[in-house]
Amino acid sequence: MKKQLKIVVLAKQVPDTRNVGKDAMTPEGTVNRAALPAIFNPEDLNALEMALSLKDRIEGATVRILTMGPQRAADIIRDAMFRGADGGYLLSGREFAGSDTLATSYALSCALRKIGPDVIIAGRQPIDGDTAQVGPQVAEKLGLPQVTYAEEIVEIKDSSLVIKRRLSCGTEVVECPVPAVVTVNASAPECRPRNARRVMKFKCALAASEIAAAPDSETARRAAEKPYLQIVEFAAADVDPDPQQLGLTGSPTKVKKIENVVFQAKEAKRLTAADEEINSLMVELIASHTLG
Amino acid sequence: MNNIFVYIEIEEGKVADVSLELLTKGRELASTLGVSLDAVVLGEGLAGIEKELAKYGADTVWVADDKTFAPFRTLPHTAVLCGLIEQEKPQIVLFGATCIGRDFAPRVSSALHSGLTADCTQLVIGDHKDPKSGKEYTDLLYQIRPAFGGNIIATIVNPDCRPQMATVREGVMRKEYAAQPGKGEVKAIGWQKFVKDSDLAVRIVERQIEERKIDIKGAGIIVAGGYGMGSKENFRLVHELADVLGGEVGASRAAVDAGFTEHARQVGQTGVTVRPKLYIACGISGQIQHTAGMDQSSMVISINSDPEAPINKIADYAITGDVNDIIPKMIKYYKQNSK
Repeated sequence: MKKQLKIVVLAKQVPDTRNVGKDAMTPEGTVNRAALPAIFNPEDLNALEMALSLKDRIEGATVRILTMGPQRAADIIRDAMFRGADGGYLLSGREFAGSDTLATSYALSCALRKIGPDVIIAGRQPIDGDTAQVGPQVAEKLGLPQVTYAEEIVEIKDSSLVIKRRLSCGTEVVECPVPAVVTVNASAPECRPRNARRVMKFKCALAASEIAAAPDSETARRAAEKPYLQIVEFAAADVDPDPQQLGLTGSPTKVKKIENVVFQAKEAKRLTAADEEINSLMVELIASHTLG
Repeated sequence: MNNIFVYIEIEEGKVADVSLELLTKGRELASTLGVSLDAVVLGEGLAGIEKELAKYGADTVWVADDKTFAPFRTLPHTAVLCGLIEQEKPQIVLFGATCIGRDFAPRVSSALHSGLTADCTQLVIGDHKDPKSGKEYTDLLYQIRPAFGGNIIATIVNPDCRPQMATVREGVMRKEYAAQPGKGEVKAIGWQKFVKDSDLAVRIVERQIEERKIDIKGAGIIVAGGYGMGSKENFRLVHELADVLGGEVGASRAAVDAGFTEHARQVGQTGVTVRPKLYIACGISGQIQHTAGMDQSSMVISINSDPEAPINKIADYAITGDVNDIIPKMIKYYKQNSK
């Protein structure tokens, strides 16, 4: 494999929908986003680990994050830098608002054309949408082959990667030429933790708009002085897109209706843990042939 | 009139269940729209496959029968599907949300610049008016799916781009012979003109097929554990109760994420859909992500320390208390009374 291999990890900052508490819905029945912390999408962390382990094995390789989102999405780029990434790109702008998976993959592919990576690694799917579409859609837009459900890079050859995939019916090992897009399954190794020295080194890393928001702050001054602390920020115009393919306009799918989940009211028989109640329940289930 | 395409997946030489489920749904949609239903099969050794597909309502069976297509590889499949869609211009294309459908359907949508909705739980034909332009559309495909971790149900439409594409998970739709079988007329796909040499760049080195060891779909009784079981050790109680009752073990996503049990047992939108005669939910709060996969169970018993847990709204019996106390009691009294 060539030296100076450029690896880009596609990552997303997502609301943590996994452990939704009672306050996650407002009294009006809408989603209370403020109650859900924004986190690094879990499978994108598996993707980051795969990228970092590739970097460990190839001298001179670099790992950078590409994320599309609001300014605060720079948090996951910093987090990735604490864990071993060399830097990142934040693709941000109002033009991208309302993007479905296709418009998102178009915007990301425009940014990737600017960056020119050799290997693109992404998590299989985000936990807020669970669609698993953006990786393959980016690959198609860039005309690259793809390997989905990757679990392990088994071998690094001159111009290809040998990758083990985890499928529902077993495993498959494929050899794929680079450049390529790889999407990583949750069964792949977990991401390494943050490194204390890297946290000290990169905690002042900022995107351009973050520096501009508070130019006189100490962190902004430090970031402005040191190029390695600057997260590259792309606005829409920086990646030469066709505006018709961005955001809501570029999204073929439209949300017609959103319904908050209301369970059909059905009166459950209420029981307690008392012995006689459990006993009579089991008697009833056996008598009705539900059990036995 | 523009037809409906259903991509037919071949699993170890057999038509996958999810494809037959989609044909059943496709038949219903095609009849509503007054169009014909086309099955699209790519694989090797497919002679005679149209007979089974016709029973589920396929009027036309498009076939590409060559070793290029088995085992599945992303690029040749994408090239052929895109080529055939451009040739035949179907208005709707349905895929199973399997590791094959979820791998190449997004590429097809990206290449054709058309929308794809993942993991739909309902597909319905209906009209639409664009709220901004006021433009009216008739007979669109409503693609209905839970979103945002299952806290909302979204209805998605593709007003302007064709085809309208959706994936559906196995077990979500019912599989039924069509009231009137389709003609099952075989048409060969001229696939050679669609596949380029560069589409063969990825090489399969090795495949290891594992038998599906865990299959909870067909179980009559399912005892499922959630995050409320507290630990992997406590989760053993779920197995004990399932063993005693002759059932299978299911789990919520939170329990799988916490490492209490394996993913193959996950019930819900991102797991399997089940319809047992009895479903016992132990320490499961009942987010729609989970209930979408079990709410058609004939009877639901929930055990939860929170009397207000959402699962209780769909339960027939709601037992309030500690799972570690109640499950052993259920085992004890079942054994006592069943003798």
